[in-house]
Amino acid sequence: MKIADRNEAGAGWLAILLGISMIVLVVSVALAAAIGDYSIGVDTVFLAVTNGLGLTHADIPPIEQSVVWDLRLSRALVAALAGAGLAICGVILQALLRNALAEPFVLGVSAGASTGAVAVIVLGIGAGSVSLSLGAFAGAFCAFGMVALLSNGATSGPNHTILAGVAASQLFNALTAYIVTTSGNAQQARDVMFWLLGSFGGVRWPDFQLLVIVVFLGLVICLLMARSLDAFTFGDEDAAALGVPVARIRLILFGVTAMVTATIVSMVGTIGFVGLVVPHAARYLVGPLHLRLLPASAAIGAIFLVLADIASRVVADQQTIPIGVVTAMVGVPFFAIILYRAKPQQ
Amino acid sequence: MTIVAKDLVWGVRQKTIVDSVSLTVAKGETLGLIGPNGSGKSSLLRLLAGLKQPQSGQVEILGQDIARVPRRALARQVAFVQQDTTTDTNLSVRDVVRLGRTPHRSALSGWTETDRAVVLAALERVNMNGHIAQGWQTLSGGERQRVHIARALAQTPQVMFLDEPTNHLDIHHQIEILRVIRDLELTSVIALHDLNLAAMFCDRIVVLDGGTVRACGTPEAVLTQQLLRDVFKVEADVECSLTGSPHIRFRAQ
Repeated sequence: MKIADRNEAGAGWLAILLGISMIVLVVSVALAAAIGDYSIGVDTVFLAVTNGLGLTHADIPPIEQSVVWDLRLSRALVAALAGAGLAICGVILQALLRNALAEPFVLGVSAGASTGAVAVIVLGIGAGSVSLSLGAFAGAFCAFGMVALLSNGATSGPNHTILAGVAASQLFNALTAYIVTTSGNAQQARDVMFWLLGSFGGVRWPDFQLLVIVVFLGLVICLLMARSLDAFTFGDEDAAALGVPVARIRLILFGVTAMVTATIVSMVGTIGFVGLVVPHAARYLVGPLHLRLLPASAAIGAIFLVLADIASRVVADQQTIPIGVVTAMVGVPFFAIILYRAKPQQ
Repeated sequence: MTIVAKDLVWGVRQKTIVDSVSLTVAKGETLGLIGPNGSGKSSLLRLLAGLKQPQSGQVEILGQDIARVPRRALARQVAFVQQDTTTDTNLSVRDVVRLGRTPHRSALSGWTETDRAVVLAALERVNMNGHIAQGWQTLSGGERQRVHIARALAQTPQVMFLDEPTNHLDIHHQIEILRVIRDLELTSVIALHDLNLAAMFCDRIVVLDGGTVRACGTPEAVLTQQLLRDVFKVEADVECSLTGSPHIRFRAQ
């Protein structure tokens, strides 16, 4: 089987792909701002956005201005950033752990986040001064800290790190279940469940501002280390022989993924499947080299979550389905196609 | 001397695996490391290449203490070929060999004409330039090993370490790989299982047993009936072949 030279001819292909992605993303975000219980025309959306940016002072109904600018646009942009962030984390973890099944939550981050969230909602830790997001963030980092400790600062090799992640997930899931069953009431348990499945319901501009910094910083750091990530193709020892400071790179990149994942989880809950599927889809399109895989994954992840968010709002009448349900329902058939088409030709 | 190792000691927990090993390798020499399973060949090779840190002792390569040389700088001078490593990622042969340029490129530098030329020359050296666009998953064992060597060559090293590079290959490919390595204008250290191949392709041989050096010298000086009996626990006749290198004929009983 011949493989096209993606290094030279492929640069143009990547540029085209990213260009198309940007257009699709803008259209998706515009649709996300237009579609909903209260339908708004795309032209009004455009004016509401330019108004919001202070470029125009068009006369549109204040309610529509508010729905587009204050609610839907921030929500769509947070969805895009969360999708991009989760996809990048998936790429990094699949490379470092050399495991096609690795995804952002493999290091126990989501389990830790839910324990933190439950501690705030159910136990009332912080007496109202600590938000659910902060609790989730703290929990996520506790879990990551445990994984880092169990795997000697994430330096003991892929399988060891995965096992440490499994142990942390089990422990924190058990803690969550314990807290919910012993001291939670039914309504609280339902709230927690709903939050865990992921929702963009409560996000506003301040969330966007934080997430844009975290995701872009994460992407830049990962891009700077993209060549080193390629060197992990044949394992840690091979990477070391190619001059990569393996322990340092692993620790930095695990730290970045924990930071990005924890921030996303603390804002919108645990959105599964994006971090697992999108890297595979992107690899299928641009090949396995990370300098191309990272931006492509980020773009595809962003579009995927914006579209999934639209779907979550329109599928069931008068109800928003948890975003995690949509990503899995849309993602699995899509993933099946890729798996089928990427079958080794033997 | 290109490589000078002094009193290397390394082990895991209570067990010493490499026990005060000292050796030297001259410029351009091909040194064979032989010894029974568990004699410390692979560990010693990794200590020499700087992939493991010795508990005591030091390794100098080209006059520098490798413990003080940054990883990247070391990788520009020293390459390491493992025994049959593979990946699930479907890279092309070209992409795999390009990985060898990693220590020469910064995070953002582009692909230069030098990089291009070095990769092509490396592929030519191992006779794989006809497979440049082929996917890794479709290569045979012998082809993969040649690509690994090309990747190591793309680092433009002066020293190459190879850990049983002919493992799992048929005899034709074993000889082909070792011929490629012998003909490189490099200093190389190869861990080998096959004693006859070691005798054919190595300038000098170091025999390891229980982590210590049992013998060191030219193949004809080292590979004696007595040594084979003591270290490898086999009965064998050692003859002198037409080329002057010893030929070992094992006895079945």
